[in-house]
Amino acid sequence: MAKRLPPTDAVIIGLGWAGAIIANELTDEGLQVVALERGPWRDTAADFNIATAPDELRYSQRQDLMLRTAQNTITMRNNPGQKALPMRNWGSFHPGNGTGGAGNHWAGITFRFQPEEFRLKSHLTERYGSTAVPEQLTLQDWGTDWTEMEPFYDAFDKVAGTSGKAGNLENKIQDGGNPYEGPRSSEYPTRPLRQPYGPTLFAQAARDMGYKPFPVPSALISEPYTNSLGVTMGPCTFCGFCTNYGCANYSKATAITTIIPVLVRKSNFTCRTNSEVLRILMDASGKRATGVVFVDSSGEEWEQPADIVIVTAFTFENVRLMLLSGVGEPYDPITNTGTTGRNYAYQTANGVQLFFDDKNFNPFIGAGAVGMGIDDFNNDNFDHSGLGFIGGGSIRVTPIGAAPIGNRPTPPGTPTWGSEWKKQTVKNYLSTMSIGCEASSYSMRNNYLSLDPTYCDRLGRPLLRVTFDFPENDLKMAQYCTDKVGEIAKAMNPRQYVKNPSKGHWNGGPYQSSHVVGGFVMGADPKTSSVNKYLQSWDVSNVFVVGASAFPQNPGYNPTATVGALAFKAADAIRTLYVKNPGPLVQA
Amino acid sequence: MNNLLLKSVGILAFTATAAVAQAPRDDSFEKVARGRYLATLADCSACHTAAGGAPFAGGVVLQTPFGDLVGANITPDPDTGIGRYTEEEFQRVMSEGIGKGGYHLYGAMPFTAYTKVSKSDNSAIYAYLRSVEPVRNKVETNQLPFPFNIRASLIGWNFLNFSKGEFEKNPDRSAEWNRGAYIVEGLGHCGTCHTPKTSLGGDENDRFLEGATLQNWHAPNITADRHRGIGSWSTDEIVQYLKTGTNRFDTASGPMAEEVENSSQHWNDADLNAVAVYLKESRTSATEVPDALDADDTRIVAGKNIYADRCSACHTPDGNGIPRLFPKLSSAPLVNSDDPTSLIRVVLAGSRAGGTQASPTGPAMPSFAWNLSDDDVANVLTYIRNRWGNSAVPVAASEVKELREQLQE
Repeated sequence: MAKRLPPTDAVIIGLGWAGAIIANELTDEGLQVVALERGPWRDTAADFNIATAPDELRYSQRQDLMLRTAQNTITMRNNPGQKALPMRNWGSFHPGNGTGGAGNHWAGITFRFQPEEFRLKSHLTERYGSTAVPEQLTLQDWGTDWTEMEPFYDAFDKVAGTSGKAGNLENKIQDGGNPYEGPRSSEYPTRPLRQPYGPTLFAQAARDMGYKPFPVPSALISEPYTNSLGVTMGPCTFCGFCTNYGCANYSKATAITTIIPVLVRKSNFTCRTNSEVLRILMDASGKRATGVVFVDSSGEEWEQPADIVIVTAFTFENVRLMLLSGVGEPYDPITNTGTTGRNYAYQTANGVQLFFDDKNFNPFIGAGAVGMGIDDFNNDNFDHSGLGFIGGGSIRVTPIGAAPIGNRPTPPGTPTWGSEWKKQTVKNYLSTMSIGCEASSYSMRNNYLSLDPTYCDRLGRPLLRVTFDFPENDLKMAQYCTDKVGEIAKAMNPRQYVKNPSKGHWNGGPYQSSHVVGGFVMGADPKTSSVNKYLQSWDVSNVFVVGASAFPQNPGYNPTATVGALAFKAADAIRTLYVKNPGPLVQA
Repeated sequence: MNNLLLKSVGILAFTATAAVAQAPRDDSFEKVARGRYLATLADCSACHTAAGGAPFAGGVVLQTPFGDLVGANITPDPDTGIGRYTEEEFQRVMSEGIGKGGYHLYGAMPFTAYTKVSKSDNSAIYAYLRSVEPVRNKVETNQLPFPFNIRASLIGWNFLNFSKGEFEKNPDRSAEWNRGAYIVEGLGHCGTCHTPKTSLGGDENDRFLEGATLQNWHAPNITADRHRGIGSWSTDEIVQYLKTGTNRFDTASGPMAEEVENSSQHWNDADLNAVAVYLKESRTSATEVPDALDADDTRIVAGKNIYADRCSACHTPDGNGIPRLFPKLSSAPLVNSDDPTSLIRVVLAGSRAGGTQASPTGPAMPSFAWNLSDDDVANVLTYIRNRWGNSAVPVAASEVKELREQLQE
């Protein structure tokens, strides 16, 4: 029997980006907020100090900042006919753990989605006709639009200090920025980072081919910045220990460098770490949540009663908690009914590696999100008529730093050990670069999330089962975009270049991207979505589920800025609408 | 009936009051609120509120070169606190360093500064302290070894180190300067940490605010001296430092971070400004500025490389740091101090800046004790003390070794 704690106004599950943003907004509103975080307390001063943070073995190879699979993991399969098996080491993706969540070890690429993405199905139908979307895909609109989203993107940028150059300021195209971005209400808070050699060469080649290169927008800031909450960050030093690492220089925006220092000073905020929520509690009607039950590190169970339950864990855990708590109806791909677990999508990762003889890139100089990109082949920025696919990717050179264990670029055909491998490592380490293409991933009927019938966590709760394979549409797109990258690579005149488009079945082994989305998606129709445009559950109106779990499909962009914007959007709705008049904010 | 009840309550109340204080009490809201502000200004809680303990219930250990002294319980508890003190007795503690019953207080209770506090301010502080919750907590304040534990020795100490007397305004100076002087020399007791001490632990008054070392922290020179002091800071920058814990030069850490968190971030703007004006117009030291070491000095060559590898990412290659985040090392009072104790300490043990409402970041400096040798620490500190306009005596490896051992205790 769980011991009952004093009731609170709002309980927040997961203190990463989304949880911290909402906690800060709601405590500003005067609400009592309790945040429950399944991982440990982390802060820059205690955990990420400059003398110990650059440790590749600990953080990159042994995944120290990531959720431990012994605590919780997923099972995976490619299609509903297979039996899923558990992921025992994180391969394909890197879920986070502890305060700050995956935001601590993210790369920091901070794109906003384009205006068309929020009404993708409508947009494609308008442009290409009613048969434009392949039947296989279950694309849909988000139930919101750019005008509603932009102020919250702006709020996120001002908390994160995002560095970059605007390409579209209030509908005026700006030189040097990304001309394809949606109209911004203000310039980036900090200037673009200085560009290393690789991105500079790429941008030159792309420009010569008529494309429009721009500095990749980044949550690694370029100059001292005091954010909208009064917290100070320092400029990135290109140390090269960034993606998969915590930042020791207060340069990478994460909840712990931008929000939590303010949050912990508030008397109406409480955070309980090492506290994993087991389920959301419902009243007898099943229409109202009464709080949550969580387990602490001693195995003790506690009930935290709350008027509002806000779910801000990683995509996987958001969806799993809904399935475990019975919020919404589980999705069934056979009958095509239910919404919980529906429209799961991923990211289609592609790249081209370039081997030079006469270049020195000093690849150890790097940062998770410094680089130059083009959007000429992303999303619907190019004419898809007659191409046989839709979607596209963000093409860019972002040298993240070439740490010594993981980074041994050798040409295909090189042995993976021995003297020839050593020789090739020496020959190629300094003179190899790559161009990435982070491409869209579109949802389809057989890609979904559900509870695994076989495998359980340590507490006996079913693991989340991921059923996913790349849609044919996405593989065609991957080939097309990678060929376009190949043309740029060729123009850069390397000794050799090697194209690596996504192909074949999804394989959970090699790391591809942590951009797992969907499963509890937002929309205007409760038949095909789980939350309304305020991230409020259609079925249980005092439950808000915020994160990339709300994306109905994934564009060719990284998700974090949109997660942040959605968190501000949900918080704004709770502050300005819900607390004044609790209940459904949109009538179905 | 009602009348009778009221009377008996009145008599009870009077009896209770009479037992602890003879004079009629003025505990009006205004007076208590003023007392509370003054107690914050004086940072009473620094010594009298233990971490996690009840406010003013004592228990903070102060390590002195003579042994440990512990902050007393100053809640109104009659047995273990100051509940039996009359206002006059409290007044005597503040102005003479003499406790109830006539015993002498040690100079760790900065009565040598508090003697300057006005009678009316003491009265307000007394009223406030009477209003806080009484806490029963017996504190043995005197934990000094023989012979320092003999309080009679303090009679001679006072003769040498203490001149009694309320603050007198200097008519040649502005009201603001005088208010600043009243705070710095009196209630704020800045000299307790920042004024060099004699071998007896008294203030070297002719070197007021020129920097001192206590508990393995060096409180730097805060005179208007441009080399060792804060002469290059504007009054606004001094205010910003005291109010937020950080400015473009420096970030408070160690005991000063506690001071900012508990005390000066809560001062009103007029008082902050007055203190800044006073410090800006204080005297400068006549001590000679040493010449910077040559660039080819072996210590500088070694230190330069260590600095590039270990320090420059945050403090920047030119020693300018990052405003409000990573302290500026060039032209910094602490870096140019004759005494490098705090510098050695933060390199060995690390340090965390205080967080304030205005500047909540609270950045930290990591410990380098595990990957820098005594020679490395000495060389890198000698380097930063002799570059970018800094000049100060070199740091010896033996000084690092000694502090390393002390910190390990």
